[in-house]
Amino acid sequence: MSGPEQKPRKKIVPKKTPMPEQDPKVRVGNFNEVPLGYTSEQAVQEASRCLQCKKPLCVEGCPVDVDITGFLTLVKEGEFAAAARKIKETNALPAICGRVCPQESQCEARCVLSKKWDPLAIGRLERFVADYERENHLIELPEKKPPTGRKIAIVGSGPSGLTVAGDLILLGYDVTIFEAFHKPGGVLMYGIPEFRLPKDIVEKEVEYLLNLGVKLQLNSVIGKSITIDELLDGKYFDAVFIGVGAGLPSFLGVPGENLGGIYSANEYLTRSNLMKAYRFPEYDTPIVRGKTVCVVGGGNVAMDSARTARRLGADNVYIVYRRSRKELPARLEEIHHAEQEGIVFKMLSNPVEFTGDEHGMVRRIRCQEMELGEPDASGRRRPIPKEGCFFEIDTDLVIIAIGGGANPVLTKSTRGLELNKWGYIVADPSGRTTRPRVWAGGDIVTGSATVIEAMGAGRRAANDIHACLSDSQTEPWLPEKKDSP
Amino acid sequence: MNRIVEKRQIAPKIHEMVVEAPPVAAKAQPGHFVIVMADERGERVPLTVADYDRGRGTITLILMAVGTSTIKLAEMKAGDDLFAFIGPLGHASQLDDFGTVVMVAGGVGTAPIFPIARALREKGNRVISIQGARTRELLFWQDRLASVSDEHVITTDDGSFGRKGLVTEPLKECLERRPNGEIGCVYAIGPAVMMKFCSKTTEPFKVKTIVSLNTIMVDGTGMCGGCRVNVGGETRFTCVDGPEFDGHLVDWDELLKRQKIYIKEEKCSLDQYLETVEKP
Repeated sequence: MSGPEQKPRKKIVPKKTPMPEQDPKVRVGNFNEVPLGYTSEQAVQEASRCLQCKKPLCVEGCPVDVDITGFLTLVKEGEFAAAARKIKETNALPAICGRVCPQESQCEARCVLSKKWDPLAIGRLERFVADYERENHLIELPEKKPPTGRKIAIVGSGPSGLTVAGDLILLGYDVTIFEAFHKPGGVLMYGIPEFRLPKDIVEKEVEYLLNLGVKLQLNSVIGKSITIDELLDGKYFDAVFIGVGAGLPSFLGVPGENLGGIYSANEYLTRSNLMKAYRFPEYDTPIVRGKTVCVVGGGNVAMDSARTARRLGADNVYIVYRRSRKELPARLEEIHHAEQEGIVFKMLSNPVEFTGDEHGMVRRIRCQEMELGEPDASGRRRPIPKEGCFFEIDTDLVIIAIGGGANPVLTKSTRGLELNKWGYIVADPSGRTTRPRVWAGGDIVTGSATVIEAMGAGRRAANDIHACLSDSQTEPWLPEKKDSP
Repeated sequence: MNRIVEKRQIAPKIHEMVVEAPPVAAKAQPGHFVIVMADERGERVPLTVADYDRGRGTITLILMAVGTSTIKLAEMKAGDDLFAFIGPLGHASQLDDFGTVVMVAGGVGTAPIFPIARALREKGNRVISIQGARTRELLFWQDRLASVSDEHVITTDDGSFGRKGLVTEPLKECLERRPNGEIGCVYAIGPAVMMKFCSKTTEPFKVKTIVSLNTIMVDGTGMCGGCRVNVGGETRFTCVDGPEFDGHLVDWDELLKRQKIYIKEEKCSLDQYLETVEKP
């Protein structure tokens, strides 16, 4: 017998251990989380599928370099809290990432098992250990490095800002996060619905950072209440990280779009999630409830909007998307969940006009049928209108979920910050902007992307901020260390 | 949390509130607005800055208690803390030397008009103020507005004080008396329908007319688009592009309809709120 063949072969379990979910018929009537999470037994069983590759490819697929095989070993041994801490060495927000990361195109896409079988359910296990640690009150604060005496301002408390805060607080920096809203979390709070990411989990992850010593200043619109110049020159911050998100909704620009009952997805989701309009009138912020709802767009935000509308009492919810099913940018899991909940997909359809009633509320959407042409710059096949082919849907609520642009409130008020032609901040891979002592990352640099990509940008910026501030030789523009006022 | 340092009712349903907010007061200019939340379950309510005191670090707001959110705010007392206070937001007024300006205030519009009138007068403008209300007891801040005006006209719909009639009548006369561009600018702030008719009144005279829109908002920072308004055929966001716009370019009918999107919900919320406060 020759070399490699001698090694006893691990028996492959081809399928992922299924995760229990709320029944679709039940869950459309509530806002509780859809997947229910693994039990300890299921977690151990799933972790045991890991082949423990010598050179784990899964880690290469992770934007924040989680030691995946390391934490899986601990899960297999039943050391769940230790597994959570292993993840937290490089990722301060595992309960969030376990829920909203697109694992299928990151770590799990690289899993060796996925060549022939289901990949390991890395996301589900990440979620499991983070929940286990939190629910059993086993969260321990890691040791911090001694204070550096340097102050860092972080603008925005979304995924990138929280990551920078989590990294730099451990390295001994004095960290303050400025948030425009009355609650921290950014898109995790206002954008992603409760049934996909429960808000008490976001609150707990933020609380963890506050317990580590991160300071949080809510209701602060940087660019209005305070400018970046003032943070650097007046308030003695040594560096600023801008992670404000994209923050400007796009509309279609077709007739009738300002009718009542037509929302940007930003507004619809902010009303429902942040302002808790889904619990109106217990909460004061109202939201239009439709019986027949059209959601325009095909990304995760469109799925979130459609599923929210369903839970708010809609009988018919349509996803109106101008390309075909193959081009839908949403995660497969989100599309699958939407379909289970009875959301209907109207593919190759593009809205051209909205009409309303005498009160100015939307009542009908007119769409043009599309067909796919040659691939465009994004590599996806370009949708082309079919001459003379139109159809209409009677509707009483429309949500426009076609992405957005760069919000100018902060960028326009900051000197020396170069923007690209779309208004996004120009930054190098480590997040350095053209303005000394200012870094940026997340959607305000890249345009709309994912939570984990923003976290990856935060990680790289934190590393670079630390490198610059610890070695003033390399960066002539760094100021002398100042005393706090 | 921001402390309410003074709070008084100045007319039926109309309340004046002075809020401690030194960073906001340091930056506030005439024309700016703030967003206020009474409590954690409250709405984010946009209110135009009525005055500011940089020395004391306070912002003065005037509000009319008509729905759940404004009633909640009106019921708060000096010493209470607002759950959230955000600002200053929007663009400040453009304070140019127009020569003569006419400042038309309808109802609670007197509040935002006042600091703009004061600032325009400090810039050397001759200020003619026209202050209107439905009836005498709804008038407030007459003295304050008069103190920053060269001429001050008061109208009431029912004739219980000042001239009987709407603000558009003295406005029209004023424009007729001073032709040939003597009036460089008209400001009209108040209920949307009043601003609409002021704009219609000035249009034939081709006098620049600025209105301050109080649309429905959520974040107030350009993120949601709930405050969108059609100005000159383009969709603009009141929170970041305004709140002041050229009154001749605003699509008033669309705006008036957008203000009524939540009429049913507002009633439902108010009924529920009144029930809970009446049955403790």
